[in-house]
Amino acid sequence: MSSITNLADHQLLSGNHAVAWGARLARPQVIPVYPITPQSPIMEKLGDFHAAGEIDAEVLTPESEHSAMAAAIAASLAGARVFTATASQGILLMHELLHYAAGGRAPIVMCNVNRTVASPWAFWPDATDSLSQRDTGWIQLYSETPQESLDSTIQAFRVAETVSLPTMVCHDAFYVSHAMEPVALPDQALVDGYLPAYDPEHFVEPGRGESFGYVIDQATFNRTRRDLDEAMARVPETLEEADTAWRELTGRSYGVIERYRLDDADTAIVTMGSMAGTARVAVDEMRAAGERVGLLKVRLFRPFPVAHVRTALAGIGRAVVLDRNYSPGLGGMLHQELKAALFGLNGSTPAVHGLLAGVGGVNVTPEKIRQFVGDTTDREPQPQSLWVE
Amino acid sequence: MQKIDLVDRDLFNPGHAACPGCQESLALRAILNTIGPDAAAVFPPSCGAVICGPHPYSSLQIPVFQTSLESAAAAASGLRRALNQRGKHDTTVVCFAGDGGTYDIGFQALSSAVERNENILYVCFDNEGYMNTGAQKSSSTPLHASTASTPGGKPSKKKDIIGILAAHGIPYVATAATGHMNDLIAKVEKSLTIEGTRFLAVLVPCLDGWGLPDDSGVSVSRLAVDSGMWPLYEVEQGHRYTLNHDNKTRPVADYLSLQKRYRHLDETQLAEVQAAVDQDWAQLRRRAAESTEARASG
Repeated sequence: MSSITNLADHQLLSGNHAVAWGARLARPQVIPVYPITPQSPIMEKLGDFHAAGEIDAEVLTPESEHSAMAAAIAASLAGARVFTATASQGILLMHELLHYAAGGRAPIVMCNVNRTVASPWAFWPDATDSLSQRDTGWIQLYSETPQESLDSTIQAFRVAETVSLPTMVCHDAFYVSHAMEPVALPDQALVDGYLPAYDPEHFVEPGRGESFGYVIDQATFNRTRRDLDEAMARVPETLEEADTAWRELTGRSYGVIERYRLDDADTAIVTMGSMAGTARVAVDEMRAAGERVGLLKVRLFRPFPVAHVRTALAGIGRAVVLDRNYSPGLGGMLHQELKAALFGLNGSTPAVHGLLAGVGGVNVTPEKIRQFVGDTTDREPQPQSLWVE
Repeated sequence: MQKIDLVDRDLFNPGHAACPGCQESLALRAILNTIGPDAAAVFPPSCGAVICGPHPYSSLQIPVFQTSLESAAAAASGLRRALNQRGKHDTTVVCFAGDGGTYDIGFQALSSAVERNENILYVCFDNEGYMNTGAQKSSSTPLHASTASTPGGKPSKKKDIIGILAAHGIPYVATAATGHMNDLIAKVEKSLTIEGTRFLAVLVPCLDGWGLPDDSGVSVSRLAVDSGMWPLYEVEQGHRYTLNHDNKTRPVADYLSLQKRYRHLDETQLAEVQAAVDQDWAQLRRRAAESTEARASG
């Protein structure tokens, strides 16, 4: 988090409009997109930019998210830089094609606005939509603020195109998507220098003799998955490089994970997205009360930054995971991923408490977080996540 | 004997994976060579997608992107827009889909692409069922035809895809058949002169799925046209109908009796099929005549 020193280059933007600006500055060439609450302001803002001649992109408005993603993949594999956005049922309708995009190594960038998944029908912040797509092969970043969403969108193109993997930038419904804050808008020239025009090695074009997606044998299919695995393994360092380069240009960076007041902590709150902002306040309050509590914000969720979280949490007594998502029969997805990541730390493994906090968009205040953390002090950690309120 | 006016530019390679006598590969060869090398193709899963490969071989000399079953027209739209952005406005983007990928699971994406009037040529290889998965019914399967999923015969009519697309106001939609190759080639050539979405439904009798001898594809295709089961016509701008083969000379029984999928038909069912074909034929002739009159009166 950087403090605002010069408001002249800032605009008051919602998280969604910040993403639209991030996309605009990245100069996408094809934008296939379908509206859905609470994503629609991204699409509408990009439409405004297009109508005003401020972006030189083909904007394609098909009949569904499924077709939007199908068009995105084909456009990306034809060598175009592609952006799209969705939420909730939209990303679920895309599910089949999320696999196609990753398998096809199409470096599409997509913003997903985290919204509850039906049934029943609702519109509230909950990351089950994109977290349930964690096995599709997309890089996933979770953003806390409109500024981070803008910066992440631009960084996402650089990472996606470096490792040839599609990337989604996720932010929470309303808390980030519709909340407004002063957002620094980088110069177009700065972004152009940071993100050169997309220039892939392989693409669909007559005369090149390259085709995509043909039937292959078992061994070759297996090799595609090993290649994908190698690309995923490169993501944390690629993101660190992209984030560092961005900091040198703008002064802003977010890391693969963020360690907030964690150095001498005996307790770490671990969470993602807008919940990190609330937890930050709770940490400050608990620190003021003399408690040694810090925050570990997971920004990169896929690939899961195993080495980073192991280093960050080794030797810390307790980790309290706040999950605003729910996998039936399993619990909180960050809780489960974190436990797996800490496997084998032996003596320095923290006691991990998984809390289902705010599922369905239920409000979680700093006071609530202080209470949740306090309640874990005399409780044995459980393998399953616990519902708290 | 008929001379086929095809300039073969070797854009469709021999050694592909189609069955012996396959009508789809015959049509694909004619269409590819008529379009020429400045083209890129999209295939959803289908017999055509199998005929393309397998990796690392390609039977097509143009680049191909294989998309999901529901999304041929959407993927073609994305490809079109990307090529436009890269200055390749003149490259033909062509979709090759089966009737399952067109009439059924891919229809939503197709309807939307036509509504947006995407500048693509969409070819449906219509073999009236899901032949690649073992000859189950599609909504293109005709009345009473037996399939793996309608063993007693399909109780409903074939979907009128041409009429549906004409209702979209599509710039060009036409039927063609492998038994009338020059008509097929002429329609591909004509489609290449038109901007916007163009749709070609090509009847490709499936030897295995319909229960036909390996050498009968072309003659059965001609019987489909001569009996009025598959009339050759085109519709421009959604309303200008032209009947390209205005000569229904054979009873449907001559066409149906050759195919195992109709072997179970009784006299009543046969009469029902004949009556439906006669009715559709009369309507088509009426529309073509009205279009001719409209043109004459300016």
